[in-house]
This record gives sequence, C-alpha cells and structure tokens, in this order.
Amino acid sequence: MAQQSMTMAKALNEGLRRAMEKDRKVLLMGEDIGKLGGVFRITDGLQKDFGEDRVIDAPLAESAIVGTSVGLAIRGYRTVVEIQFDGFVYPAFDQIVSQVAKLHKRSAGVYTMGLVIRLPFQGGIGAIEHHSESPEAYFVHTAGLRVVACSTPNDAYWMIQQAVEHDDPIIFCEPKSRYWEKGEVNLDAPPYGLFEAIVRRPGADVTVVAYGSMVKTALRAADVAAEEGVSLEVIDARSLSPLDLDTIAASVEKTGRLVVVQEAPPTASVGSEIVAAITERCFYSLRAPGTRVSAYHVPYPPSRIEDAYRPSVDRVMDAIDRVMGYDQ
Amino acid sequence: MISDELVQLLTPEGERIAHPEYASDLGHEEILGLYRDMVIVRRLCNESTSLQRQGQLALWAPLQGQEAAQIGAGRALAPMDFSFPSYREHGVAWTRGVPPRDMLRIFRATTTGGWDPQQYRHSLPMVVLGDQTLHAVGYAMGVQRDGADEAVMTFFGDGASSQGDVLESFVWAASFNAPVVFVLQNNQWAISEPTSLQTKIPLYHRAHGFGFPGVRVDGNDVLAMYEVAKRALDNARAGGGPTLIEAYTYRMGAHTTSDDPTRYRVDAEVEVWRHRDPIERVKALLAREYGVHKATFDEVAAEAEQLALQLREDVLAMDAPDPTMMFDHVYAEAHPLVEAGRREMIELGIGGSH
Repeated sequence: MAQQSMTMAKALNEGLRRAMEKDRKVLLMGEDIGKLGGVFRITDGLQKDFGEDRVIDAPLAESAIVGTSVGLAIRGYRTVVEIQFDGFVYPAFDQIVSQVAKLHKRSAGVYTMGLVIRLPFQGGIGAIEHHSESPEAYFVHTAGLRVVACSTPNDAYWMIQQAVEHDDPIIFCEPKSRYWEKGEVNLDAPPYGLFEAIVRRPGADVTVVAYGSMVKTALRAADVAAEEGVSLEVIDARSLSPLDLDTIAASVEKTGRLVVVQEAPPTASVGSEIVAAITERCFYSLRAPGTRVSAYHVPYPPSRIEDAYRPSVDRVMDAIDRVMGYDQ
Repeated sequence: MISDELVQLLTPEGERIAHPEYASDLGHEEILGLYRDMVIVRRLCNESTSLQRQGQLALWAPLQGQEAAQIGAGRALAPMDFSFPSYREHGVAWTRGVPPRDMLRIFRATTTGGWDPQQYRHSLPMVVLGDQTLHAVGYAMGVQRDGADEAVMTFFGDGASSQGDVLESFVWAASFNAPVVFVLQNNQWAISEPTSLQTKIPLYHRAHGFGFPGVRVDGNDVLAMYEVAKRALDNARAGGGPTLIEAYTYRMGAHTTSDDPTRYRVDAEVEVWRHRDPIERVKALLAREYGVHKATFDEVAAEAEQLALQLREDVLAMDAPDPTMMFDHVYAEAHPLVEAGRREMIELGIGGSH
C-alpha cells in the first residue's frame, strides 16, 4: 500500500493534481491561485504544470468566479472554484443558490452543474474579520447543493477527487485551522464514499458528532472523558448535505445520548438538523436530549478572544456532563 | 474613440439611409423573412397576453416594440452559437427554433424550465437580473478552450445594467477576451424606473470604460440590428473579443401583465415610439423596394394567426404536472431527502401515478 505522510494542504494539492490529470475538462479558478498558489498554497505549482488555461487567476469578484463557472459547466467543463476565505463567499451567494443549485433541475437534467466550490472555513487561525466564519448551514439549507467537510489529510486527498468526479455541485469545506497538520494518506484507494459519516473512535456512552476542525476537538474530549470513565463514540459527519443519518442513528441507538459539536452558531444549524432528525428517528433510544455545542449567536469575535467563541474541550465536556446527568 | 452616432439603416418611414461603417446586403427573401419573424412573434405575444388575461398564464412579459432588436440579433447568430436570454426574449427564442408552446410553459407555471437548452443552443429564461451574463462569459471561456469557431450572445436590459453581475461579466469578458456579444435592450423603462435612474451616460459608453467596443443601434431597425450583431459575432469568433450592443428601443407594453404603466409614463411618449414601429418600416421598404403586394403581407398575417391559434390550443392542453415531478432532476445522483419526499408524497396519495 502506497502511503505517505503529508499536511491537509498538501493532500488537497495532490488530490487536485490527480483530478486534473484524470480529466482534462477539470479547471481551477480563484483569486491568486496561479503563480502564488493560493493564499493557503493549496494550488501551489498547478498553474506551472497545467497552464493558465486550466488554472485560472480570476479577477477579484466572487459572483463572477462562480457565475462563469456555471457557464463553463454548461459547456462541459468542471471547475473547482477557490473562494479565498469563508467570509468572501457571500457576493457569490446569488449565483450559488439561484443558479448553481437550480439549473440542473430547471433544464430537466440537461445541464450538469458538476462544479466544486472550495471554501476554507471555520476559525482558529488568529485572523482578522471575515476570515474565520462557518457559513455551511446556508448551503445545507439549499436543495440542489451538496456540502461536505474534510477533517484529515487522507479525507482531503480523496474527498476532493470524489467531489470533482461527482455530477452535482458540491460546497467543499476545508477547516483552515487543520491545513498544516500532518496525517497518513493512502494513495491507493479511497477509504469511504463521499457522503458517508464515519466512526472515528468507537465508544459506548455518548455519540459525539463533529465535522471539520471540531473532529479533533471531539477526539480530545474523548480522551478526557475516558479518564473520567465516560466512553465517547466520535463520529465525523463528513457530509453535511446529505447527512448520513443511518450511521449517526445506529450509534445513538447504542449510546442513547447525542452531542453535536460545531463551530457555527446554533440557530438553524447543521447541529440543529442532526438533533431534530435523530430525535425523530431515535426517540425511544434517547436517554437525554440531543445537545448542541456551538459558537455563540454573535458575529465572529476578534480573534484574540476566538478561543472563548469556538467550542473547546471544556465546553464539550460540560455538554457530556449534562447529557450523562439525565440518568441520575 | 466613442462614436455618438446611432446606427440606423432604415428610417421609421422605411427609407434606407447610408451609414459609414455598416451596410445591409440582405435581399428580398431575407428581409421578408425578418418581417415574417417580427409579425409572428408580435402576434404570439398578443395571444400570450390574452391568455394571461383569461387566467391561463400566471404572468406574461410582453415584447411589443422590441421585435427588431430581438429578431435582428437572433437571426445574426450562427447555428452553433449559444445564446443566454433574460425573460423577455421570446423573439430570440423564436429565432433559435424553440417551439412557442415551450416558451409559455414557465409562464403557465407547469415547469421552471421549458425546453432543452442544448438542443436549441438557447439557455433558459433568467428572472434574476443579469445572472445570465456571467454564464455567457463562462460559456465563451469554454469555447476558447475548445478552440471552437463559435460565439456567444447574451441579452439583458437597461435595468439589469446596474447589476453587479453584469458589470463583473464586462470585466471578465474584457480580461479574457471572451467571444461574447452583450445585447443590452434599452427599452427605456425598468418597470417604473426610467433609464436615467440607471445611468448618467449613454449605456453603450460603458463598454469603453471596460476596454471593449460599444455600439448604439436603432433597436427598432431590424436591418441595423442584424448587421451590427453579425459583425460583432464575426469579430468575436475571429478572436476580437467582446462587444456591447445597446439596442435603443422602447417597451410599448407593460413590464409584465402585473404592471400598470399609466402610473408612471405619459401617453405622448408612447405615441412618439409608436411612429418608430419596427414592423411598419420594413413593410414600407418591402412594398416600395421589392413591390411586395398586400397578398403576401396577408399571407404572413394568416400564418401568424394560425400559429397563435395553435399556441392557444397547446397552452390550454397543458395540465399541471404530477406533483412528484418536483423531485425529478433536483440532483444528478440520488439524494436521500429528495427520495424521502417522493416516497412520502406517493404514500399520502398526493401524487405519483408512476
């Protein structure tokens, strides 16, 4: 088995390279993705190897980056769009929800909107405003889109390739705080399907669902909980639309308790949806209310105090204590 | 250099006039063809307005007054070119071969699309203003990458000219030298707002600021529209990049059947434009220059009448689709929430005979 240790940033780079080698219709478009290789260097070296026609440095207008990618899709191209930062996706919101999400439907299946919109998301890097947001729920709410989030280099490498090959439009969320963390990448075969949730750590007492940056936080909480004699089963949701509710429900039927950890604010969030859907499916298995550990309902704070905003191991443990407390 | 001249080859009286850059070499049959197109789309449009008034359509956006702008530009397209309309381009759709009944499906609210856009190389009506201009430029970037001998045309209005997407599409088209022709139908009104609210300069001047040519054409002169559009398309195919064509015209009717233009504009203005009618001038030219007789005009009118009757029949036969059609084609590949919705609807007996 060919295996290699690399950062998530490098894994994305290698995954994109492989996707471009496989299909000449795959293009990349974004701001500063050519010579610079992107502000996070995800596309480093790709313009040099694939040319300016396939790795397109875009003028600075997000709506146009997505809107022209729609036109390229109609022409048969698959564009992987890089939105430089989560907070810059909103100028493209109309094109994403009104066009990308709907044109396959409106054309009765004639137009294939096989584009991927890469979104470096979530915080934790000490950035200034508009660089740390978690906008995934806007897109999860929109029919016609699919939304996934990677959390490890291996997933990043494979999920980006699976997303490029998929015929539906995919919002591809990348936890930028994990870009520089290394992990083993299996170069031979994808470990899971793109829309599968997976159990990162088996456990017996509480199902903890997380995605993106919060998977690592949840795993650290599981270590702490284990020392206290509580066994957490940590599930990496990976796909936020569609949600793999079967995997989550199977776990909750075993543990009877559900905690969702997310960097996004709680209202009408992915966590809300998971709790509601699991409550409908697993009501008689639940021994405590499904509980969200989220950011707060405030604009993303100045990053000097972001650690108080993003769910921490302590806040996850507080929720674990609460759901365990219902038995007493 | 920006020319202030309006390109016109045929006066409202049907007299040919010379232009230093453009000349029409269309013959009798071709001009008669353009006349026929305009008569037919006007008649079909009137029928559609009637259908709406009789409760058979949810809405209609009439094109009266803009027949020459749409037919001239549409007929200039080569078969392999691709066009991206807004929502009033029934005339362009006609030139692309889209069956009139298919144009009305979206207005009868039995679909959100209506036709196969790849078959006719004409995209679907776009209701969010200006979004389609970016699709056109992106498509044109694909044409460039394919090395194909094709051009792309997109349509929008004076109102949409204020949209960020339209201005971004100008930037992209210029930066990438995309083979795209922008057809801005300045019909003077964006629902109730006059063009003067959208711009302080002639709209075609904007192209100059983005680095490509802009031309103002008498949008009620089908010969001028055809020639200017054809040259712009040829230029795009030859690698010359984008052109903005401002078709200076007038929306004779309401914005849509939900609008009441008497609240914001005066009859005298409409009367001025009535004298600039795009169809009458071609009729006068055909009669005088080619000796076309009343019998021929009557034949065209009869054909238009027949098509209108057929359209009415087709529209009345369009029933609401099975409700489960809402679950079709939401995604290219199966999605659990969509399939769950379909199953529920069938189980509840709300829809789904299949």
